[in-house]
Amino acid sequence: MASGAGTIGGLALLLVAAPLGAVVWRAGGLALSPADLAALRFTLLQAALSAVVSVGLAVPVARALARRRFPGRAMLITVMGAPFLLPVIVAILGLLAIFGRSGVLNAALAAAGLPVLSVYGLQGVVLAHVFLNLPLATRMILQGWQMIPAERFRLAASLGFSPADSFRHLERPMLIQILPGAVATVFAICLTSFAVALVLGGGPRATTLELAIYQAVRFEFDLRHAAGLALVQTALGGLATMAAWVLARHAGFGAGLDRTPLLAAPGGWHRVVDGLAVALAALFLLAPLAAVLAGGAPGVLQLPAQVWPAAARSVAVALVSALMTTGVALALAEARAAGRLGWVELAAMLPLATSGLVLGTGLFLIAQPLVPPMLLALPVTILVNTLLSLPFAYRLILPEAQALQADYGRLATALGLTGLSRLRLLTLPRLARPLGFAAGLGAALSMGDLGVIALFAGERDATLPLVVQRLAAAYRNDAAAGAALLLVGLSFALFWAFDAGGRRAAT
Amino acid sequence: MRGDAVLQLDRLAIAQDAFRLSADWQVPAGARVALIGPSGAGKSTLLAAIAGFLAPVSGRVLWQGRDLAPLPPGERPLSMLFQDQNLFPHLTVAQNLGLGLRPDLRLSPQERAEVAAALERVGLGGLGARRPGALSGGQMARAALARVLLRARPLLLLDEPFAALGPALKADMLALVAEVAGNSGATLLMVTHDPADALAICDLAVLVAGGRAEPPRPPAALFAERPPALADYLGPASE
Repeated sequence: MASGAGTIGGLALLLVAAPLGAVVWRAGGLALSPADLAALRFTLLQAALSAVVSVGLAVPVARALARRRFPGRAMLITVMGAPFLLPVIVAILGLLAIFGRSGVLNAALAAAGLPVLSVYGLQGVVLAHVFLNLPLATRMILQGWQMIPAERFRLAASLGFSPADSFRHLERPMLIQILPGAVATVFAICLTSFAVALVLGGGPRATTLELAIYQAVRFEFDLRHAAGLALVQTALGGLATMAAWVLARHAGFGAGLDRTPLLAAPGGWHRVVDGLAVALAALFLLAPLAAVLAGGAPGVLQLPAQVWPAAARSVAVALVSALMTTGVALALAEARAAGRLGWVELAAMLPLATSGLVLGTGLFLIAQPLVPPMLLALPVTILVNTLLSLPFAYRLILPEAQALQADYGRLATALGLTGLSRLRLLTLPRLARPLGFAAGLGAALSMGDLGVIALFAGERDATLPLVVQRLAAAYRNDAAAGAALLLVGLSFALFWAFDAGGRRAAT
Repeated sequence: MRGDAVLQLDRLAIAQDAFRLSADWQVPAGARVALIGPSGAGKSTLLAAIAGFLAPVSGRVLWQGRDLAPLPPGERPLSMLFQDQNLFPHLTVAQNLGLGLRPDLRLSPQERAEVAAALERVGLGGLGARRPGALSGGQMARAALARVLLRARPLLLLDEPFAALGPALKADMLALVAEVAGNSGATLLMVTHDPADALAICDLAVLVAGGRAEPPRPPAALFAERPPALADYLGPASE
């Protein structure tokens, strides 16, 4: 196991390091213009605001979901995954339908005689990032709550803990362990977000580094400038990754005996606050999704012919990269949890320091002298999607792998439970829930990705997001909306199949 | 009956952070040895070193003259019961026992019959299909002991697995342990806080205190002599 995980980790490191090396080699030097510095400042500001707001709002929502049982709760938790899984360009279209210049909100404000709000610039970028990351933050924190054994809550109830006591002794220690990692993760995601800044940002006051890289490649044809910006982007991502690494701690909540949860949910105003948190979050997340559904429904019945083969390619790419991501993340998390190979954490987290554009550009530079890059469109897309999902899959699996190791590692070792038997009888059954979630996340992220494929694909091997983008660029709005709806449906179906499978296997 | 020395701790030194423990003694075959001493003195750490979870700083653990250092915990000639978490909660009781025969759980009909027989033997007949969460504390301890029976290793290490049980139940379990060890001729090392446990089923006792595990001697003699470290731990004599 150890040498296998070492090989996998080494390969993952190499596959990130080689494109970065190509970028460094091509960049030559580093000279930032005032515009580049403005992009750097804006990138940091929007990522910090987005991370703090997302995680701050996620805590009350996760707490309400952890301690309340109400009809539709399971459904809501599944749907909570949707905005993060939604192809970003589709999510932005949904947000524009609600918050945009002629959206629902501004129509209501105008009808009431109030000034309309602009969704462009800093507030728009942060709004979109909160929409995209609030569910991820909520799910991460909810998993933290679920890792507190039910026995602890039962003990708290038997000791007559008030809600404040429970918070102090059970929930606050968990939050102190979980929140820094959650903030760091969202921060890193927002550092590398590209499509949001492309649509809602732009101009001298709201350009991110990613957007600047894209412009350098597409409009200036200046690969040297692009590579220099990519270096800054990577250094920034590296610092964020290190912060996440330092902030991540062991999840030593002890073992539970899988008895039915006995959450003591306080009544009174706590109940009202929980209800409000859930209702507002649901409204904020569901309204843009509803707008996408309503907008796409007319076009979905008459999709252009090129949509179906593109959909099949996208599903194949998503399945392969989801399984690769989950397998690699599990191998690395298991090795880390067993206390071996501390450096595999670097292999798992390093992709956070990069982005689809940076990796894609680097791989393009490497491939170009050897083969026409167009021939490698799908393999490279699978590879980059696998790497970009790896940090999330690893983060999701690691705490539970560590808890499993802390609780049952010695027993399994004492019984000689090793290798495939350990995987089949201990690891897979005990980790089915985070594994299913990680695989679903990987599949949906890969399904909706529109970064690296745009650099490589020709006419014949486009994926579904690229087809949506091309239809929209050609002003075939109904067909684009219909194809977008199909894309959303497939992403969601893949996520649901993996996540529900994992949760079912865990019970 | 005492045989030749089987377990030998040869100038063993263990360290964990600032903690140090040394031991240099041996145990005859079939002996039942109590490890007694204050909390934090290193009783569990000593068992962990013998079981192979902790590599010694220096010295050796020998079984029948053979150095155990190259063997991973699962291949050492011993079974160990921990303070808790002795059963996997997601597997049935029968599966938990089956792990003692084959860690891949591909059991033959013959082996399934052995599992059923072991369950009968500890008074859990018919409960094999349950999950540990549906058992009482005493039943869980019995299930773990049934797996020790199936593994049939010649050395048994108990790290206070019965500490959470009531006195009557604990006495029952200790009697069952003594019977199991006696029938199979296994050598027993058990951590205990309670001198009564040591006197009840052990013929030797090791005092673990002050960074040292002293050589074993008969418990009655140890308690009669009351060396200062033991006296501190036990408190004023109750006569």
